[in-house]
Amino acid sequence: MLDPTPNGLHSGESPLLRTVGLTKRYGDFLANDSIDIDIWPNEIHALLGENGAGKSTLVKAIYGLIQPSAGEIHWQGERIVLSGPAEARSRGIGMVFQHFSLFDNLTVAENVALGLDGKESFKDMSARLELVSKTYGLPLDPRREVWQLSVGERQRIEIVRALMQDPKFLILDEPTAVLTPQEADQLFVVLERLKAEGRAILYISHKLEEVKRLCDTATILRGGQKVQTCNPRLETAASLARMMVGGEIREVKSAAGRHTTIPRLVVNDLTLAPDEAHGVRLEHISFELKGGEILGIAGVAGNGQDELFAALSGERLSKDPGTVVIEGIAAGHLSITKRRKLGAAFVPEERLGHGTAPRMKLSENALLTGHAASGMVNHGFIDTAATLKTVDKATETFDVRKAKRDPEAASLSGGNLQKFIVGREILRNPAVLVVSQPTWGVDAGAAAVIRQALLDLAASGAAVLVTSQDLDELAEIADRIAVMFHGRLSAPLTASEATREKLGLLMGGSSLEPKEAAHAVGA
Amino acid sequence: MQLVLEKRTERSNTIALVSPLIAIGLTIATMTILFAILGKNPLLALHAYFIAPLTDGYSLQEIAVKATPLVMIAIGLALCYLANAWNIGAEGQFLFGAVAGSWIAVKTQGTDAGAWVLPAMLVLAAAAGALYALIPAICKVKFGASEILISLMLVYVADLLLDYLVRGPWRDPNGFNFPTTAEFDSVATVPLLIEGGRLHLGSIIALLAVAAAAILLGRTIKGFEIRVVGAAPRAARFGGFNANQLIILTFAVSGALAGLAGIIEVAGPVGHLQPGISPGYGFTAIIVAFLGRLNPIGILIAGLFLALTFIGGEQAQIAMKIPLDVTKVFQGMLLFFVLACDSLILYRFKLVFPNRQVARGAG
Repeated sequence: MLDPTPNGLHSGESPLLRTVGLTKRYGDFLANDSIDIDIWPNEIHALLGENGAGKSTLVKAIYGLIQPSAGEIHWQGERIVLSGPAEARSRGIGMVFQHFSLFDNLTVAENVALGLDGKESFKDMSARLELVSKTYGLPLDPRREVWQLSVGERQRIEIVRALMQDPKFLILDEPTAVLTPQEADQLFVVLERLKAEGRAILYISHKLEEVKRLCDTATILRGGQKVQTCNPRLETAASLARMMVGGEIREVKSAAGRHTTIPRLVVNDLTLAPDEAHGVRLEHISFELKGGEILGIAGVAGNGQDELFAALSGERLSKDPGTVVIEGIAAGHLSITKRRKLGAAFVPEERLGHGTAPRMKLSENALLTGHAASGMVNHGFIDTAATLKTVDKATETFDVRKAKRDPEAASLSGGNLQKFIVGREILRNPAVLVVSQPTWGVDAGAAAVIRQALLDLAASGAAVLVTSQDLDELAEIADRIAVMFHGRLSAPLTASEATREKLGLLMGGSSLEPKEAAHAVGA
Repeated sequence: MQLVLEKRTERSNTIALVSPLIAIGLTIATMTILFAILGKNPLLALHAYFIAPLTDGYSLQEIAVKATPLVMIAIGLALCYLANAWNIGAEGQFLFGAVAGSWIAVKTQGTDAGAWVLPAMLVLAAAAGALYALIPAICKVKFGASEILISLMLVYVADLLLDYLVRGPWRDPNGFNFPTTAEFDSVATVPLLIEGGRLHLGSIIALLAVAAAAILLGRTIKGFEIRVVGAAPRAARFGGFNANQLIILTFAVSGALAGLAGIIEVAGPVGHLQPGISPGYGFTAIIVAFLGRLNPIGILIAGLFLALTFIGGEQAQIAMKIPLDVTKVFQGMLLFFVLACDSLILYRFKLVFPNRQVARGAG
């Protein structure tokens, strides 16, 4: 028998799960094009690919959330057609989603109970929950309400919920995206243990180092097609990246001899109560950002980054004008339009619905932020030519690919829309740019263009503040990195001081050694 | 094989234009069945509804007269709906404007008040309509109350106020106890465009409202603001636009237009204040606004079409004894089909052959 796997461990047996020619079509778009994949017991199998490569579609089909357009799924050698996730779970396929489906106001046990079939009593279920969480080193207090828990703890609920059904095969969708490096290490221990128990794990990620460390096999998808199945330990990060992207990734270059100038964005002891239930309270945030400098803000999502963005942009106002100073002018009480007139520009995390109106044309979306200070409005009348010119210029400068000159924002791919949004702001020559998750869900090519644009903007003298969960990204572009935790901002570390370990400690809420901390402040 | 709705990547502008026509076609098809069930000849009934009114000059003028309040109100409503502010009480603002404007007419009755009377009535009616519409708007902005409920409830308040006034303080002493004011003086009457005809100055005002709204929405930053706030509230806030201010503004403008339409109806075709001055213009205008795609030009066309159904309904009642309520059934059905067809702008039908069947065939 021909051995389908590269490392030859499985000869003679049949795989736990096999897809044959699995295809999913959305309209004219082939999200999965005839994908063959074999998952074996005792294996952590990585599913690698860029955003839009078809990873989510593939696992949704395997988990019964969508019906494939063509192709077959075999489970333990038998052809199956899943009627839905409930059937997948009953057969022993579990899944932990990237976006949690938990009710904030319910307890851990109640949340888990909602995901089970409800045949056992709540008391028995709670006891079993505690047992499972202890056995696998995923400590959880079943009586706590979810809103009190950290993101890492919330993920534990999802994992424990999946484990309580004793799955033979567990799918994890980008589990480390929301974890600190230390939390990720703990997760890997759990996954190794599950593997040793004879289970199979499909591990979706685009973090190559992680995959090399953890996974036995890797299947790489690109543009809906399978590129290759290989042993990631025998590959380099660069060779895996090449397979994912289908070519070399443009390297981002920092301009030599960047000079820092005057402070252009200063935040003084900013404290702001949340405007919604379970929001994060900002506590005594202070930093100073000079022209020519990029300050990175790291941290696990949900630690106040959104609230800080709203306070800086003016979507939320502060009573004290002096808390936010833009270009030397106290702006804490000023609207977002007035802050833009002072020379500030903003790029929020959500592209559709926040950064742009999805069902409006790009020219109208150029007007959305450009009406304040870009000569697009004359005596209340819109200068359509000027808005179109912005679209053309952004298209040309930042290589925005689109089907026609002025399409709706929602019709662009994530990467191209992000290039447009960043371009729209940079073309206004801002003195201060505040960017949240600049390359979240963006393909590698577009990410490189965007990072380069941020570096170039800083080189031209602007102050740039980048909030990101991607530590590699911050390491690549930021001069200094501070960490947000529970609404507080750490003292910034210089790029050379900011090791993954230190940042990870700060992201988990520990403070650094006193000596180091003092040093960091002095820097 | 199954029929599924599939999301389009971009909204289809063709369908956006064609959808009201499909809706009208479906409504007429359903009406045909309804006429047949009522035992009327559907072809004759449809002729009475849609063709007969277009064949004589009197009916054509009457269509324009009926379309005038519909278009004016619907223009205001479209601004509200585009900004995601749900003014359902235009009928109340129409009545309140009519009452406020009539106050001047009643008080100057029989005096030698000059040409200022009509302009003053128009201005007061518009202001009163705006103020009346601001009640739900302010409750919404300040207290988070539902503007839909409050604006709707205020319809009945205005209706009863009008009823009280014409039965009590403002009743015509020589009116044989009918609940109506005296016939307005000529200085308090909207002038006719054609001597001896029905067409009046109000239709010109309605056309001006259409033009102004078209320019506002298509060319100005304020119009853009209105559209963004409705289409993507969070993006609008990011753009620096204040949704609450817009709720106040669009409610005020639509209230003013409804109030103006109210006084024009009273001081024009009706000639005095009495109960029942509106056959539900404020509600029918909601259909006009949606049938017209919330677009000023579309609203003009839709207003004329709905006016046609009013006139046609009267003619069908006279000629064929079809109850007038059938007109309301028709209008309700039309709104239903318009909203249903609108889903085709963002979605398309697709025949799908599910995997199971393919697999069965293959296996």
